[in-house]
Amino acid sequence: MNEFITLNHGSGGRQAHQLITELYVKSFEMSLPLTDSAVLKNNGYTLAFTTDSYVVDPLFFPGGNIGKIAVCGTINDLSVSGAVPQYLSASFIIEEGFPLCDLKAIVTTMAEEARLAGVRIVTGDTKVVGKGKCDRLFITTSGTGLLKPEFEHISSGKLICPGDKLIVNGALGDHAIAVLGARNNLSFSSPVVSDCASLNHLIQSVLEESSKVHFMRDLTRGGLSAVLYELAHLSGSGLLVEEAAVPVDDPVRGLCEVLGFDPFSLANEGKVLIVAGAEEYEKVLGILRAHPLGKKSALIGEITGAHKGEIILNTLTGGKRILDIPSGVQLPRIC
Amino acid sequence: MKYIGEYRDRGLVMKLADHIRRSVTRNYSFMEVCGGHTSAIQRFGIHSLLPPQISLISGPGCPVCVTSTGFIDRAIAYSRMENVTIVTFGDLIRVPGSSSSLEKEKAGGADIRIVFSGLDALEISRSEPDRTIIFLGIGFETTAPGTAVTMKTAREMQLKNFLLLSAHKIMPPVMDSIVKDGIRIDGFICPGHVAVITGSEIFRFLPEKYGLGCVVSGFEPTDLLQSVLMLVNQINEESPDVGVQYSRAVTEKGNIIAREQMGSVFEPCDAEWRGFGNIPASGLSLKKEFEYFDAGRRIPLNIEQHRDNPACICGDILRGLKQPDICPLFRNACTPENPVGACMVSSEGTCNSWFKYHRQ
Repeated sequence: MNEFITLNHGSGGRQAHQLITELYVKSFEMSLPLTDSAVLKNNGYTLAFTTDSYVVDPLFFPGGNIGKIAVCGTINDLSVSGAVPQYLSASFIIEEGFPLCDLKAIVTTMAEEARLAGVRIVTGDTKVVGKGKCDRLFITTSGTGLLKPEFEHISSGKLICPGDKLIVNGALGDHAIAVLGARNNLSFSSPVVSDCASLNHLIQSVLEESSKVHFMRDLTRGGLSAVLYELAHLSGSGLLVEEAAVPVDDPVRGLCEVLGFDPFSLANEGKVLIVAGAEEYEKVLGILRAHPLGKKSALIGEITGAHKGEIILNTLTGGKRILDIPSGVQLPRIC
Repeated sequence: MKYIGEYRDRGLVMKLADHIRRSVTRNYSFMEVCGGHTSAIQRFGIHSLLPPQISLISGPGCPVCVTSTGFIDRAIAYSRMENVTIVTFGDLIRVPGSSSSLEKEKAGGADIRIVFSGLDALEISRSEPDRTIIFLGIGFETTAPGTAVTMKTAREMQLKNFLLLSAHKIMPPVMDSIVKDGIRIDGFICPGHVAVITGSEIFRFLPEKYGLGCVVSGFEPTDLLQSVLMLVNQINEESPDVGVQYSRAVTEKGNIIAREQMGSVFEPCDAEWRGFGNIPASGLSLKKEFEYFDAGRRIPLNIEQHRDNPACICGDILRGLKQPDICPLFRNACTPENPVGACMVSSEGTCNSWFKYHRQ
């Protein structure tokens, strides 16, 4: 491991994975596999429990703000474990001199988002640090949700088998590009709006109708590539992905071309990968497409029995290549 | 017409691939010398579309990969000085120096900022007059005109706190050098965006002096396949030439205004290439009128010369003589997170691509 923590350690790619497995998991004696939420059993009830810290620059961007991500992100982490999110905590680390009106706007968004999602923010904390000791505002939210026994397998993916289908609920990369465009030092303005949204209702509507959801993950840092990589390792299966089937909207595709970014590795805040049994994938797709947050849902690939632990991408043009986990933060290329 | 999907049309790609398969009569190896080509070849899985008789080798075309350890060491030394800001294009920050990288220095507190254009560096200089802003100029003929315009604008703005550390390079001398040193290839896929500026004629020495085929190529899958087909035809017909596949952007003479801009600000100088050593007249340094902006002159440094790791075989890989898997450092001491040699640095480097796309 490098001597210092670099931005790469927070990017959701290879280095982040190393930090988690080599430091946290060992020190805290955590049980594997690592999932978006911990599954806790207590006197007959099963609880999903998760926590996440949110930092984003700028704090306000097209389609949301740091507060909206802080609520949606934790709700989504619980939801993809198969749980029904119920309660959240919210902790704020605020830099001295932060405008109160901005804090109010952010908290109002959080309250509104929680209300829409049907969860309650029930506890929290505030620390104010001196100027320069943090970058304006950091938020940490934790959440609990109830997990029915029949969905306990989802977060570990233990029912995944060859033939299962890979589904995403819409176009990729909107959040990352919206934030990039809003960042002050970039001189392009993009019409892209963040996809930041709570997915609990969408996911519940699928789980109510189908018992064949074998795995789910939200496609945040590291994007689709990181989740596919995790899925390949978790399941030990091969993955076959059709590049042409993965939805990416034109403005995002265009900006990726210009900047040398890979849309598969861009962060999303309202997208989920669902692995569904072959016998019910069409039903799952139908339910997703009937929901406002799943209109552009698409079948993007499948689990295979061959090339175990690897992701094969059938490229747009008919070629084949291995899809790798992103390494470090994406940097604009020189040429 | 959106100029993306059309050039990635699966039907057209298959037709071209089929045409190539029917045209091959022997083994061919072609070298691409542009990082953009290497990247597109990997990304679109071009290797999987070509018949086994054709091998594509990645040459020294990624400006990040060939940036010398000495240049990075100088940039790092500046970044450690008080009141100095380093402004750079993104992927340069990962390139290893002899003991650190700009990325690690940034994590350790140095003021290193990423921009998309040299003009952004001028804006930083203007708004922060108390800091010394050093812009790292990097790239081939493609980006050098942009830096030339940046320097002229800096002069007009009478900026006192803006400096350039130039690692700009030009393409023909290195191509000449690798051919001269012995290389097993039949032709070059020539860099399309370099040729947009320079014109296709700068590659004329390849067929004339060495009898090698060359085709100036675009960056989309259909472009690359058509270029391979043109090269196969040149070799089959024993008529090496400068072919221009990328005719929608490239002319014989290139972009005359951009060349004039470059010529009025820069002059050729000897340059250090990672993996190749010093190549005469292969770099660009500021002309006398712009010396005022030369970081090396304004803030002289005394830095110990660093030698590349002797086990690293990047030089041979860049010449197409060896492949990454026989390097003792590959996957061991040398990984994308901790690159030792040039080819592991950028996503466009040969070793980096092998690491990602070829499993053990």
